[in-house]
Amino acid sequence: MKLTLDIWRQKGASDAGRFETYTVEANEHMSFLEMLDVLNQELIGSGKEPVAFDSDCREGICGMCGFVVNGVPHGPVDNTTICQTHMRHFHDGERLRLEPWRAAAFPVLKDLVVDRSAFDRIIQAGGFISVRTGSAVDSNAMLVEKNKSDRAMTNAACIGCGACVASCPNAAAALFTGAKIAHLGLLPQGQPERTDRALNMVAQMGKEGFGHCTTIGECEANCPAHIKLEAIAQMNGDFLRAVFAKREESAGGGAG
Amino acid sequence: MSVATKTVTAPPSFSRVGVLWASTVGKKALMALTGILLSLFVLGHLLGNLQLYFGRDSTGAYLINKYAEFLHHNKPLLYGTRTVLLVAVLIHVIAAFQLQLGKGAARPVEYHQKESVNSTVSSRYMFWTGVVIFFFVIYHLLQLTLGVVNVPGFREGDVFHNVTVGLRTGVAPLFYVVGMIGLGLHLRHGLYSTFQSLGAGNPAVSQWALKWAAVVATVIALVNLSFPLAVLAGLVKG
Ligand code: HEM
Ligand code: FES
Repeated sequence: MKLTLDIWRQKGASDAGRFETYTVEANEHMSFLEMLDVLNQELIGSGKEPVAFDSDCREGICGMCGFVVNGVPHGPVDNTTICQTHMRHFHDGERLRLEPWRAAAFPVLKDLVVDRSAFDRIIQAGGFISVRTGSAVDSNAMLVEKNKSDRAMTNAACIGCGACVASCPNAAAALFTGAKIAHLGLLPQGQPERTDRALNMVAQMGKEGFGHCTTIGECEANCPAHIKLEAIAQMNGDFLRAVFAKREESAGGGAG
Repeated sequence: MSVATKTVTAPPSFSRVGVLWASTVGKKALMALTGILLSLFVLGHLLGNLQLYFGRDSTGAYLINKYAEFLHHNKPLLYGTRTVLLVAVLIHVIAAFQLQLGKGAARPVEYHQKESVNSTVSSRYMFWTGVVIFFFVIYHLLQLTLGVVNVPGFREGDVFHNVTVGLRTGVAPLFYVVGMIGLGLHLRHGLYSTFQSLGAGNPAVSQWALKWAAVVATVIALVNLSFPLAVLAGLVKG
């Protein structure tokens, strides 16, 4: 199958960037990224700069890959990363436009590669959870309601790819931050720091320059990890509760 | 014995209102609360106006005029309500503007091509339907509260006369139709989003809210629209 690709080329952060058009011969068994590998081999062969894009596991589990194909983050296959999207979903002669995530908090580094360290800083702002070290705890010592453990696991599935931000008309990071806050906030191990975690992660999300959530739901529809809008409500609830529950640290608490 | 001393510096004090206002999440919660308040006003206003359809009582006075007199009778209540509404509008509108500016800054370079996978006109244009409501409210107050536009022979306190004349004068029908379409769209998404903004995300609740927000918004818009349409059609006249 023969494809025409309009790919965003940008040498670095200070370059304005532009679309350039390429043609590539692929077959339907290739993954989307393998198709780009083929294109890059040809570019290298003819002495041109290959197209930079992020990838690592190519199994849909690490969250490294991601760009916008014809206006949809991770391309046309619902709830699937671009690395797990195969060329059989496209047809011969199709024209595809490849564009990087667009958000102030995700500056373009090169071509389709953006800097997502804003997500790392949101996670860091969440801090640690208190767990006892030493010998392993009896596995059933801490009971977790089935429903809550299911929801915690659903939210823990977030791979941090950034498609939520990319798809959001407001470039909000609410689904990502919500997933992180929800997966710890639902478990008993996450309770001691729950208040500060919600306050600090939401504050960091703002500092990074992400937009606000308007409950449109583009993020949920584009998320390859099936994170639901409910995660955002959980963040909102935890944050609001934290604002009112927050107590100043006191010197009390006994000798120790 | 040595006594260890430790200088304790007080942590910076934590301003709850400041933290709420400084974050997008807190601002949305304030918009949700003020939105609920404004929606309750819209509902009460609509129910009161239904008296337009009930004509006169046994003494020959129009019910809607008696109702207006009753509302204006208790001055502390009248001005109290007006103040609360004004403050709610200010919070709602200032937050809306700040969030809208933040949204622009969050995506300085637009996509060359972007598809909507999961959005509605109502959810995408909340800010702009809000702006429509804002200008509608200003016009509405100038017209029927102050009587300075589009009410030939405005009579203070004679609501029945002002409405039946005003709603068919000049650009009034246009303002009312556009304004109520704006209000309907705004409430269709707003009444649903409110639950999410305030932390109620249980899918069963969200699905319920999504459905009923659409029903309530449609009913509110249609009943409000019925007033100018009934006046234009000559169904209520003085
Ligand atoms: C009758 C007057 C109004 C009512 C009843 C009303 C009601 C609501 C409600 C219930 C919400 C949902 C809050 C949420 O999503 O959490 C909302 C959101 C919003 N309102 Fe209003 N509103 C009114 C007037 C206005 C005005 C005058 C503006 C002016 C610009 C405005 C702008 C907005 C915006 C931008 C949002 C969306 C917030 C967001 O999700 O980004 N509204 N409104
Ligand atoms: S490369 Fe790991 S998820 Fe796509």
